[in-house]
Amino acid sequence: MHDLILAAQSAGELKQGLSSIGAGIAYGAAAIGPGIGIGYVVGNAIQAMARQPEMQGTIRTTMFLGIAFTEALALFGFVLFFLAKG
Amino acid sequence: MLGAFTFPPIDEIFVWKDIAFKDTAFAINKTSLLVLITALLIVTIFVAGTRRMKLVPGGVQNVIEMTYDFVDRGITRDIVGNDATRFTPFLGSLFLFILFLNLWEIIPFIQFPPTSRMAIPLYLALQTYVIYWYVGLRHHGLKYLTGHLFPPGVPWPLYVLVTPIELVQVVLVRPFSLAVRLLANMMAGHILLTALALLTAYSLKNAPIISPGPFLLNIAVTGFELLVGFLQAYIFTLLTAVYIGDSLHPDH
Repeated sequence: MHDLILAAQSAGELKQGLSSIGAGIAYGAAAIGPGIGIGYVVGNAIQAMARQPEMQGTIRTTMFLGIAFTEALALFGFVLFFLAKG
Repeated sequence: MLGAFTFPPIDEIFVWKDIAFKDTAFAINKTSLLVLITALLIVTIFVAGTRRMKLVPGGVQNVIEMTYDFVDRGITRDIVGNDATRFTPFLGSLFLFILFLNLWEIIPFIQFPPTSRMAIPLYLALQTYVIYWYVGLRHHGLKYLTGHLFPPGVPWPLYVLVTPIELVQVVLVRPFSLAVRLLANMMAGHILLTALALLTAYSLKNAPIISPGPFLLNIAVTGFELLVGFLQAYIFTLLTAVYIGDSLHPDH
């Protein structure tokens, strides 16, 4: 009987541990793509600004828009991290 | 050395006890109190600052005019269009409200951004949602909907693919990502600052030699959060402007 209770307890802990690991991996994986994407957006925006400094204002606004759209995916992963862990 | 350091459960740094009107629908906690204070603060600053307007502005009036100009030129005219200055008051108050709410994150002794609770970003995003649907339907009627779902210039077999994607995009993804972006950014900032502050306190007690590390990092991150708070307010307003502009001139 005592062994059974211990087994049940460790099963619960195992589930919690696994879901924590899963949440960590999910957020890590969700950060890869947007990381590369934001790098592209900002890199190309800087290149465009260097080539045509007179367009700086428009390019910066568009860059922030691009970052916002790309970043959303990483943030979904961040929220999922808390949902999966809880 | 730092093996025993435990971070408190996440609820502990986001959920606050009720201060007044306990157990009713109008219960007030730290979050809603900060929202009320923010609203009153903005109204007070603007009413007091524009009471005696001068032709050559100075002091508070100058700051107010610069803010209005920033929203009017940088956001409304650039993104929505020159014919849409009637949206400037809405976009301006949206920008200021979110900015002030975000800045509570780094004000000493308060240090909690109310925008890191889902209710506030979600409400603001739904407000945007209702406004851009209303503008689109009012200016273009049902053509607004069909223009979105069946974009012209696409070969008709592709509508099988395009229409569901556009439907999910307009109905679900736009307001959801708008709210989640603001929420997750402020939440991440708050968690980061809390973790660094706790780490400073803990290392001061157990290993004082390394405590300047987290302390200096905490100050640096506080400066970074000032930038993030401003940027998120700007991005939220900018995207609202983009969505409204998309409803006004869908063909651009």
